[in-house]
Amino acid sequence: MVTFLNQYGGQLMQELGEHIYISAVALALGVIVAVPLGILLTRAKKIAGFVIGLTSVLQTIPAMALLAMMIPIFGIGTTPAIVALFIYSLMPILRNTYIGMSDVNPNLLDAAKGMGMSNWQSIKWVEFPQAAGVIMSGIRLSGTYVIAWTALASYIGAGGLGDMIFNGLNLYRGDLILGGSIPAIILALVVDWLLGLVEKKVTPATTQEV
Amino acid sequence: MALTAFLEISHLRKVYGDNVAVSDFNISVERGEFICFIGTSGSGKTTTMRMINRMNEPTSGTIKINGEDVTKMDPVKLRRRIGYVIQNIGLLPHLTIKDNILMVPKMLKWDQKRMDERAVEMIKMAELPEDYLDRYPSELSGGQQQRVGVVRALAADQELILMDEPFGALDPITRDALQDLVKDLQERLGKTFVFVTHDMDEALKLSTRIVVMSHGEEVQVDSPEEILRHPANKFVADLIGEDRLIQAKPTITTVGQIARPAVSIVQTATLREALTLMHKTRVDTLLVTDPDGILRGYVDLEVINDHFRTADTVESVMNPKVFYVRQSAVISDTVDRILKRGYRNVPVVDNAGKLTGIVTRAALVDMVYDALGSGTSNDDGQDRSTDGPRTDIGTTDVKEGAHAVDPTPDDKEEVPANNGHLS
Repeated sequence: MVTFLNQYGGQLMQELGEHIYISAVALALGVIVAVPLGILLTRAKKIAGFVIGLTSVLQTIPAMALLAMMIPIFGIGTTPAIVALFIYSLMPILRNTYIGMSDVNPNLLDAAKGMGMSNWQSIKWVEFPQAAGVIMSGIRLSGTYVIAWTALASYIGAGGLGDMIFNGLNLYRGDLILGGSIPAIILALVVDWLLGLVEKKVTPATTQEV
Repeated sequence: MALTAFLEISHLRKVYGDNVAVSDFNISVERGEFICFIGTSGSGKTTTMRMINRMNEPTSGTIKINGEDVTKMDPVKLRRRIGYVIQNIGLLPHLTIKDNILMVPKMLKWDQKRMDERAVEMIKMAELPEDYLDRYPSELSGGQQQRVGVVRALAADQELILMDEPFGALDPITRDALQDLVKDLQERLGKTFVFVTHDMDEALKLSTRIVVMSHGEEVQVDSPEEILRHPANKFVADLIGEDRLIQAKPTITTVGQIARPAVSIVQTATLREALTLMHKTRVDTLLVTDPDGILRGYVDLEVINDHFRTADTVESVMNPKVFYVRQSAVISDTVDRILKRGYRNVPVVDNAGKLTGIVTRAALVDMVYDALGSGTSNDDGQDRSTDGPRTDIGTTDVKEGAHAVDPTPDDKEEVPANNGHLS
């Protein structure tokens, strides 16, 4: 263990950094696109089914295939990996945003509208805060997926902990496989836990007596 | 008639497809009125109310607030001027009570200091402790939450408050307290309320006017007293309920309404004339009036008998101490006095003191009996026939229509027997 860390510690830290970077950027892009899109869809319910269906289809493309498909478009390296992972992160976030926003108690919406809130104020003060917990759980789900799939992204030269794992596989080196996968697992768990905390924090108390 | 009413709704109509939700609704509401829309489900009462703040858009017709047509206003701005309270309260659970109360002031961009003061003022108005401002809705009981819901609708000084069955989900005691609060706010602040309910007790308690609706039409628009007194048709009467109609009788019926014609004689008449009148109308007591019809006293057979040879006019022998009631008095206010004194008949006078009739004890007992009896018995008819005091005092009096006055409390016991008539 100690010798492994002495020998590969530097590489491990660098790959972990890359891993976090790729995941974080992909997830952030996913959030930036999917949350507003989900909110927009609640105002255009007619096309909502179609858009959510489309992201579900994207989700069914095997991860390896999607990564490979990026190569003709973006070449190899970090960029195609981020794009592919971004596409993957969309669906859970988009779906949860849409569902969360749609599921807000209609009485609250009625009261909000009746008080004179504009559409935007209703989103800002009522629907989004009410849906925040559900949206956050979508982000959390996407987060753990993205971290797992980032390991595959090393196949198209993106770097990250996947490098060490695939090296280990190629060389029949169990220590490298474990050395890459254990940090990836820990990373996923930590991120899941952290985002879980955030989710809990933003989930509104809904024990209102009706 | 006022030039422009505060809220003027004319020919309002709302159609959903083939279904007419509201057809030709008209009302003119003065500032400070408390209007209740009452009706069964699907009567269009909520739809009508929601068209006022454009939560529903009218199919046709106009709604004017202070002469301004609401359909030409920005709906968002319009709604900020109108308080809105719904049955499910609709407090935002993720905001404190303070933020909830200040929702509309915040939209209107009040400055912070004014909002802070307003929040304190409002929580006091809701009769809740000031530290509740920092709590969250889930920490309050349903009744407390709705108190906040009510003051939230007043926070930005809205002149018109719309309420859609706001207390429907509360228990009776809490509901009662909330009704008192709302009524008090209306009377104290002079706000105009439009209140939707299906609870007749609530409507009767709160309203200055009630709008009874059925199948999208106004069936009757009247004050609670008038609705109780003259339900427009069977639907309204059913909605009020027979029990309530009977119970309400003593509080809305005036003495004048149950009075019957009195037998009276002018004070200048001779005793002989009085005796003849008594004989003709078969009564033992006559009311005495002056030539203008003002009640002066009474004479009974005994007095006439005693003084027949010595006195000539009725005036010289009449007893001027006569107990009377005003015709505008409400039964429930006078019934106690009448019954306690044991009078069989009491003269009724108008505001000028002019004799207009008499109230018989029997008529009063009937009314009180119905009002009390209907609460404990569904089978009124059966009770009537077996009830002692009623038949005793009632039947002969009513049947023969005695017009005499017997102001002597202590011959109460004899009442059933001779009942004021010559035998």
